[in-house]
Amino acid sequence: MTDKLETITGNRGLQLEQPLIFEQDAPGRLGVDLGEPQTSETHLGGVERKDAIGLPNLSEPQTVRHYTRISQKNYGIDSGFYPLGSCTMKHNPRLNEKMARLPGFASLHPMQPTSTTQGALELIDACAHWLKVTCNMPAVAMSPAAGAQGELCGMMAIKAAIEDRGEGEQRTRVLVPESAHGTNPATAAACGYSVDSIPANDRGRVDLDAFLSKLDDDVAGIMLTNPNTCGLFESDIIKIADAVHDAGAFFYCDGANLNAIMGRIRPGDLGIDCMHINLHKTFSTPHGGGGPGAGPVVLSEPLAPFAPLPFVVHGDDGFDLVEHKDGEGEKSFGRIKGFHGQMGMFIRALSFMMSHGSDGLRQASSDAVLNANYLLAELKDTLSPSFDGPCMHECLFDDSFLKDTGVTTLDFAKAMIDEGFHPMTMYFPLVVHGALLMEPTESESLETLDQYIHALKGLTAMAKSGNADHFLEAPRLTPRRRLDETAAARAPVLRWKKEE
Amino acid sequence: MRYLPLTDDDRAKMLSTIGAKKIEDLYSDVPAEALLDTPVDLPSHMGEIEVERAISAMAAKNLSTADAPSFLGAGAYRHHVPASVDALIQRGEFLTAYTPYQPEVSQGTLQYLFEFQTQVALLTGMEIANASMYDGATACAEAVMMAGRVVKRKKAILSGGLHPHYREATDCIAGYHGMTLDAAAPSPSGDEDLAAMIDGDTACVVVQNPDFFGNVRDLTPLADACHEAGALLIAVVTEVVSLGAITAPGDMGADIIAAEGQSIGNALNYGGPTVGLFAVRNKHLRQMPGRICGQTNDVDGKRGFVLTLSTREQHIRREKATSNICTNSGLCALAFTIHMTLLGEDGFKKLAAINHANAVTLKGKLENVDGVEVINDSFFNEFTLRLTKSAADVVEELAAMGILGGVPASRLYPGNGDVENLLIVAATELTTNSDMDALSMALSKILGGGQ
Repeated sequence: MTDKLETITGNRGLQLEQPLIFEQDAPGRLGVDLGEPQTSETHLGGVERKDAIGLPNLSEPQTVRHYTRISQKNYGIDSGFYPLGSCTMKHNPRLNEKMARLPGFASLHPMQPTSTTQGALELIDACAHWLKVTCNMPAVAMSPAAGAQGELCGMMAIKAAIEDRGEGEQRTRVLVPESAHGTNPATAAACGYSVDSIPANDRGRVDLDAFLSKLDDDVAGIMLTNPNTCGLFESDIIKIADAVHDAGAFFYCDGANLNAIMGRIRPGDLGIDCMHINLHKTFSTPHGGGGPGAGPVVLSEPLAPFAPLPFVVHGDDGFDLVEHKDGEGEKSFGRIKGFHGQMGMFIRALSFMMSHGSDGLRQASSDAVLNANYLLAELKDTLSPSFDGPCMHECLFDDSFLKDTGVTTLDFAKAMIDEGFHPMTMYFPLVVHGALLMEPTESESLETLDQYIHALKGLTAMAKSGNADHFLEAPRLTPRRRLDETAAARAPVLRWKKEE
Repeated sequence: MRYLPLTDDDRAKMLSTIGAKKIEDLYSDVPAEALLDTPVDLPSHMGEIEVERAISAMAAKNLSTADAPSFLGAGAYRHHVPASVDALIQRGEFLTAYTPYQPEVSQGTLQYLFEFQTQVALLTGMEIANASMYDGATACAEAVMMAGRVVKRKKAILSGGLHPHYREATDCIAGYHGMTLDAAAPSPSGDEDLAAMIDGDTACVVVQNPDFFGNVRDLTPLADACHEAGALLIAVVTEVVSLGAITAPGDMGADIIAAEGQSIGNALNYGGPTVGLFAVRNKHLRQMPGRICGQTNDVDGKRGFVLTLSTREQHIRREKATSNICTNSGLCALAFTIHMTLLGEDGFKKLAAINHANAVTLKGKLENVDGVEVINDSFFNEFTLRLTKSAADVVEELAAMGILGGVPASRLYPGNGDVENLLIVAATELTTNSDMDALSMALSKILGGGQ
């Protein structure tokens, strides 16, 4: 087997081994030329650092090669198909990067007088306008740092509104479907609510009767993802919204899956009270290996007064920022982040939205849904779809097609890596066994989808033919093969240490 | 549309494979009254040229710190970022990767996170660090909630020298979580007795060093007082470059470090995104929030890295998680790590020395201006001036003269008459002596004119 080939260096052609920066240290090397301090006078309060920090010294070429080499051990959207369900791994246009790096934005300090930042406030306002119109919602809180913080922001607004009407003691429960992202129950708990789980019905949607039976005057709100994490539209959503409002509660919609519906369905028309928008999903700001994200939250009229600080307003002399709990900010529930939110992400998202336009956004969500349904149609007789009917932007399978093969969802996913694809989301949502959740996004061509389908059909045939070893040993062609996660957690090594 | 590869022929063929006549058939689960027939009321698609023109026009309306002498600090600092940092973080393999849940195809991200965690632990004088938080302010809030879990008490004492945004974010986030805060009054002179505020309900004391007004202090006595009362000391650092010149907070006895890492590798970006640093003692590891990367081996025995200890996290623990945090600041952490690698031990310490020397020089120049008093005895690269006029008004006058003259404390403490004339000014390696002279002359003109 060629993949067993050993080399003298451990390198394998373009796959290059790279030690840690700490293992490349040599005193005297430097990667930045700085001048000399212009005075040796100090006023450091008697706590001057005297000891060595322990940072390694490297030159610039070593540093550039180091990070180039380790980057090549990563799979990105730029590298290939990344059908990670619920994560919306779409193309990240470089125009957006260029716009965010304009010195007029990148070198703008958050505490400059607003008279010198009118263009920045105009951009935040424009980004907010696009989000509000796309969602048909009257207000949007721009400051949340990421989706999970957007959830926190939405639930804090709900809590503030409930406390404002004197029902804070009474309403202590939040309803969360069992298919929800883990952040939903974690967020409700972070706001001091008890979490009550709602089961799914056999169509992969919220069980309406179970939901109604749990709805009472001690409920503060429901947190519902729509389209849900099974990739399905919650067809009873308007009934759910009406029931929530009749019970005096609020409707938090998790907007992680907005990519399926933008330009075709406006969440505001469904009766929601608030929804976070992951700019790093739907609006293409890069995932960056785990952030930074941005999670603006659209708000209904009843929740808008409680929006977090700061926010942009139109003043007499142009745009202004409300940064404190007075005047227009009087009822705000407060501040959840330093400064004004993820400006760099607003620029990228606006660049994406303007590039698409209203026609392009509608076409993008249509293509995302079309791509997912094409995967579903082509794979439904090979894999085992969890639910009937069309899906939205992602399609969900369970692991029954692997029954008696000795191959698990995990093994199957690892074999996909050797075929050159990033795996789909595995074992989520929790409502189906051994879940495989695939989200192709609008960025993929028909040719890519066909290659993927061909590979999955081939792998399934191989699994069913009794060749389990192929899967149990996968991946074999990656810079590292399966890693021992149990050992990592049992005896954690979380930093490099100099060998004694 | 340049971002959409499907052609109309592709779409027709795919619909036929699916067995649908039109795209609307795929939306059949949606209540009919909620389906739009036409695009929403926003402009149509644009080419790169038009988008670039429109967004550049907005950028041009701002006065950038790149184009004016700037003395702005107060939690965000303009530093030089080497060109290779931005080139490397824009490699598609870093930029367009997801959170490294599939370690076999994510060793690049995981290796730099391991390097980042090590750098943060070394800088702060702590044993371990996580893979980053959103920013310094949210890291502070998470630190307070963590202290609540560790000590099993509900009260946090906040120094009057803590950045007001950190106080407000902590008040909000930790407050909703059930923590109560006892915040000291703003203390421009750095003179406050936090130890006297500690009691049997105190989970932690939060102190910033250098503080919001620039003062530097020895945290050791406060750490001792905390530990005597069974409480934790949380040290906040908003200017991470200071750690090249000042004793690490971990070496002064702090139990949790919550810091802002923007100064290294990251542009100002009008305040976001940035990168929160979070470091703790080993014994508190299991209560630390956020993602953590750990070292292990693969099946062939080769060293590799994985996300670990995820049993603390929301996707496993759901409502019992240590935090609801999911995404962190991966790419900003990468920028931090690359810049720190370029600096190295010698470069980082020199960078800190230059920052301090420039601030010392600035202090010398401003002290000679009539109507200006420097209130700090100690500082790193930032200190506070007491002016003879409202600092907010002076800043507007300076802006009109093309100088970004610092942050008036009143912007962050509205309605507090005691701070009305206080102006916080910072100098970094990018501050030139001619910038300093421009500020001195302008202040002299503004403050002298009205006397």
